[in-house]
Amino acid sequence: MYTILEKQRLSDAIVLMVVQAPHVARNARAGQFVIVIADEQGERIPLTIADHDRQAGTITLVIQEIGKSTKQMGQMAAGDAFHSVAGPLGHPTEIAAYGTVACVAGGVGIAPMYPIARALKEAGNHVISIIGARNQSLLFWEDRMRSVSDELIVCTDDGSYGRKGVVTVPLKELLETRADEIKKVWAIGPTIMMKFVSLTTKPFGVETIVSLNTIMIDGTGMCGGCRVPMIDGARFVCVDGPEFDGHLVDWDGLLSRMQFYRNEEQLAVQRWERLRETPTHECHLDKVVPLRR
Amino acid sequence: MPELSNRERMAIPRHEMPAQAPHERIRNFDEVALGYTWELAREEAERCLQCAKPRCVDGCPVGVLIPQFIRALRMGDMAGAVKTMQEKNNLPAICGRVCPQETQCEANCVLAKKGQAVAIGRLERFVGDFELREHTSRAQPGPPTGRKVAVIGSGPAGLTCAVDLAKLGHKVVIFESLHLPGGVLIYGIPEFRLPKSIIRAELESAVTNLGIEIRTDHVIGNTYTIDELLNEYDAVFMGTGAGLPSFMRIPGVNLNGVMSANEFLTRVNLMKGYRFPEYDTPVKVGRRVAVIGAGNVAMDAARSALRLQHMRSAQDGEPPGEVHIVYRRSRHEVPAREEEFHHAEEEGVIFDFLTNPIAILGNEKGEVCGLRCIRMELGEPDASGRRSPVPIAGSEFEMAMDTVIFALGTSPNPIVFNNAVGLERTRHGTVVADPETGRTLKPGVWAGGDVVTGAATVISAMGAGKRAAADIHRFLSDEKLFNVG
Repeated sequence: MYTILEKQRLSDAIVLMVVQAPHVARNARAGQFVIVIADEQGERIPLTIADHDRQAGTITLVIQEIGKSTKQMGQMAAGDAFHSVAGPLGHPTEIAAYGTVACVAGGVGIAPMYPIARALKEAGNHVISIIGARNQSLLFWEDRMRSVSDELIVCTDDGSYGRKGVVTVPLKELLETRADEIKKVWAIGPTIMMKFVSLTTKPFGVETIVSLNTIMIDGTGMCGGCRVPMIDGARFVCVDGPEFDGHLVDWDGLLSRMQFYRNEEQLAVQRWERLRETPTHECHLDKVVPLRR
Repeated sequence: MPELSNRERMAIPRHEMPAQAPHERIRNFDEVALGYTWELAREEAERCLQCAKPRCVDGCPVGVLIPQFIRALRMGDMAGAVKTMQEKNNLPAICGRVCPQETQCEANCVLAKKGQAVAIGRLERFVGDFELREHTSRAQPGPPTGRKVAVIGSGPAGLTCAVDLAKLGHKVVIFESLHLPGGVLIYGIPEFRLPKSIIRAELESAVTNLGIEIRTDHVIGNTYTIDELLNEYDAVFMGTGAGLPSFMRIPGVNLNGVMSANEFLTRVNLMKGYRFPEYDTPVKVGRRVAVIGAGNVAMDAARSALRLQHMRSAQDGEPPGEVHIVYRRSRHEVPAREEEFHHAEEEGVIFDFLTNPIAILGNEKGEVCGLRCIRMELGEPDASGRRSPVPIAGSEFEMAMDTVIFALGTSPNPIVFNNAVGLERTRHGTVVADPETGRTLKPGVWAGGDVVTGAATVISAMGAGKRAAADIHRFLSDEKLFNVG
């Protein structure tokens, strides 16, 4: 049973869950992900592992409630269990002593960035982190990020907290003043943010690693649904990634691919919200099947 | 019934299996072939001549004792038929449905010359289905040997290997990467050809009775490496299959609406996308679908697409659309099982033979809007013995399409090879293993099925699982070998 041991709300639409999954925790490393299914009718959702505890046999997931499945997961409580948690999947982040590095994270991307920044810090790097969100209420883990960073810049799009503006603005300033110093940049966040981070660093020739979260089904190299167009051909995010050289990604091709199921996603959300608001019948299922809660 | 003479037996014509009519079945995902009735099965069984040297058995990759089970069936001894079957095959309801009998057992039947081979596959299915209803025989694990075997993958190869080893008394744990066991049976083969309830039931009776443990959600290579398994188990069998899809290297493969048959079929089968939004995984099929390739997977994809189109049409009242199979060779070279081709044709799939795609065309929104193809003609036979297709200069043409599904074969699933030091692979990505024993070049590791051969059939994978189980048993039973290994 993949029981949710702890649930914490990080912002209006972001929840943190500590989940029992000893088989994943035992080999998990920063940068890897799991595939989670909420219930028997559920879809396979890739989620980055935000933290793990080998001893306790747990992993930490940070979920942005954006589609039907993630909204449903957000409604689950401590004591509930997921139908399936498979992993760890994908290649871990290549951690080494690079010198000075920059970790740029936006929105829910702050969660998967945290273990990477921590590992980079532990490897002896000078870690400069830039974290951002649309507004203050969507921002979380500033303290955690600060604890693993030598320098931390916080920004919000609307200026409700920290610097006003998007993450690429302080990143560009940094590169303009300290380009020789910065050896490598990581970016995790919305695809559009990772695109602009890559465009920002390219003129400076600083290697930029992005962590892609595409449409995915099995997550084990069997469907090709997660393929991402690159300048030199397509790659599979599940087995070749999830981290890629941001300067080689065909961003517009990727953004277009990610729109493919947009109508179905909206339909599923609408249906789910309707069913939640106006149950069409009195449910007797709990009389037949014992509730897990 | 009195004993018939051979002449009388040969006078009985081969019995067709009742099936859903084409115009009905394209509106649902229910099973197409409905199985023999008791009367049909008995009559078909009467056709077997009980040859002294039965060649049908040679054609079976797992060596099912065909004349014996057929004889038991026609004597009315169903329990005996089941027992005979289980000596060699624990998944008859599955094999009876998906084996290419016409190129295996039935091809060797003495009656095949007149195109009237005994319908061995249909009889096998009948015996399998009987057992799923009646439970006459419970497989028993052998006396415990104290040895432990890890089997990677719960598809046909892994399941067969696990069952045989458990019967011999070894403790078997199967590691499955997906959330449901069954491998290609569950993610690849559609409900209308092999119902999930059959897989579940046949798997349960085989696995539960034998005390085999299945751990789902375990992605070997990552969750555990093969070396980690070897620390804990006395032998490892890899039945990880071939699932990594191939795409053609032509312009437009990253357009929206282009997918692999594996993605399409996984959405439909494993994730039940045809019941979206009741099930969460969507599956999209356009009004004009091109499936590239003509193997069994292509037939499955085309027929699934056709059903989705007709189900949509029933809702929105619009015409369902078209499904094409685009194949660069001719009808004669179609690699799919005869029955699948026949069913696809009956259901209205359009076949474009001697046609090869050269580009997928897209609109300004990045969606597929067409397929540019070139006509082919057959030239000299190639290495496979088939006449190789050659493009006809100047014959390019375009077809309007909004969905393109590639069913061009697959290569071995890559993750299991993570950190697998000493496991030699060919340039096609398959594992090097002895075809007779399944032994790989890594001590303690056996492999069989598609991971060794590349994409092949369910039954050939089962045969490989069986041979590997026998060799693993030899290894585990031989103190000298075992202690060195």
